[in-house]
Amino acid sequence: MSEAPKTAEAFELTRWKPAPFLPERDGRDASLVFVVAVLCFLACLTAMGVIAADRAARGWTGQLTGEATVIVRPRGGETPDAAAARAAEALSGTAGVAEARALEPAKAYDLIRPWLGDVSDLEDLPVPRLVAVTLDPRHPADARRLDAALKAQSIDATVDDHSIWIKDIRKAGGRVRALGLGVFLLIAAAAAAVVAFATRAGLAARHDVVEVLHMTGAEDGYIARLFQVRFARVAGLAGLIGAIAAAVLGAALRLAGGGGGLTPALPVAWSDLIAVMPCPLIAAAVAAAAAHLTAVRLLKGMA
Amino acid sequence: MSRNPTAAAASRAADEVVRFDGVAMRYGRGPDVLKDVSFSLAPGSFHFITGPSGAGKSSLLKLVYLAAHPSRGRIHLFGHDLARAGPAARPKLRRRIGVVFPDLLLLEHLSAFDNAALPLRIAGHKPAEYRNDVAELLSWVGLGGRMDAMPPTLAGGERQRLAIARAVVNRPEILLADEPTGNVDHEMALRIFRLFVELNRLGTTVLIATHDQDLIARSGRPVLHLEHGRITHRAAQPTQPSLGLGLT
Repeated sequence: MSEAPKTAEAFELTRWKPAPFLPERDGRDASLVFVVAVLCFLACLTAMGVIAADRAARGWTGQLTGEATVIVRPRGGETPDAAAARAAEALSGTAGVAEARALEPAKAYDLIRPWLGDVSDLEDLPVPRLVAVTLDPRHPADARRLDAALKAQSIDATVDDHSIWIKDIRKAGGRVRALGLGVFLLIAAAAAAVVAFATRAGLAARHDVVEVLHMTGAEDGYIARLFQVRFARVAGLAGLIGAIAAAVLGAALRLAGGGGGLTPALPVAWSDLIAVMPCPLIAAAVAAAAAHLTAVRLLKGMA
Repeated sequence: MSRNPTAAAASRAADEVVRFDGVAMRYGRGPDVLKDVSFSLAPGSFHFITGPSGAGKSSLLKLVYLAAHPSRGRIHLFGHDLARAGPAARPKLRRRIGVVFPDLLLLEHLSAFDNAALPLRIAGHKPAEYRNDVAELLSWVGLGGRMDAMPPTLAGGERQRLAIARAVVNRPEILLADEPTGNVDHEMALRIFRLFVELNRLGTTVLIATHDQDLIARSGRPVLHLEHGRITHRAAQPTQPSLGLGLT
């Protein structure tokens, strides 16, 4: 065994490089890529939906927390408009209030008209006047302080700081977030299960490789790594396809919805598209972990 | 003053490549396919295992190449008690063994060259270190012109020779072969046998399971005869000069 034989020349021995132990292409990969890509697409859409819903909930809460409404009832011989003007003046000088403005009577009538209908002598009804208060966003005054300011001026009024709505909206926002996260985790778990199942099938289909490598002294970790890298690549590619598809759809929704996003209830922003970026990496990581665990468990079953 | 029997057994096992003590084996809950098998192989020895089909030859080899566990008894390999060798130790032991599997176990998507080089890759050698040796070995077994051929395109005898090349490529300490000459013609069988003898001369212990009584008789090597899972006799034939095999 001193020199290479002449017959090896046709083989181009010097150019030989070890071939990968696992076939580079497998007919089953296409269906796996499709299924994982669909799951990644759904997961990305869910993630973008959760972000948009969270933004909507924050927006609503922000609008409500920045404002308060004061219902003013005139006392004695004071006219409703005079009472409202006095309340607006009292509140304007209160700390934590950026602006207090008495609403015109017409606006108050507009607010109650849906309940009473188009009544011609609406002006004759004792409709309370409203004062719209815009709070200082940095140090907003609370309802108690506004109430104290009004009482100090002997104004009969009720302060509504929207706290009942804020609580409900916050609760609804939290539920939307939790629901979205739950759906996202469910889809991620389904993707992981599909990858684990595919890995098991791949190992079964490549039992010959596993057996030969095992019998020639390859360590379990070495064999598991082959499958880990293989399935991480496949899932990473699938994740990339799913993420791009979701980003394209998100961009289309953003464009279709104009400046406000898809709808005021689900305001998609350009920045939401960033949410799809980790998808290929997460898909690859999940696939690698599932492949490793499956391969190691199967290898432990061998002698 | 007598020595401790366990210590004495361990000492004996350390001097032997393979040692079976009262070994039995079964598949699942089936009957024992090997029963109370005891034998040992000294370093550098050359043995045949023979016996009728179903006698347990392949099962015995499986135990030696660590593809199965005994249901009873104790096996020592290279001085290691396999019952005490943890999972981490088994791959290292396997790298010291060359096996010609009964169903060959060639990887169909790898070229003949890649198949033959596989044990060296697993052992961590670099391609530049072994490619000339692999090429020479393949030429020696008559596959010099088929190095880039895929196993499905090889004839039965070529596949068998490729499996043999893979088994011996890393000069194992023990070579196990299950019917290695089953699919080759007589001339190639003798050539393969000469390869085994040459490896044996270099120090490799050889254990071959075969039905080829002619080859056994002409080789003059000791024989373990298995029948119904038991070693019925051990024909300790002396190594003798060539009887037409060119063995000197």
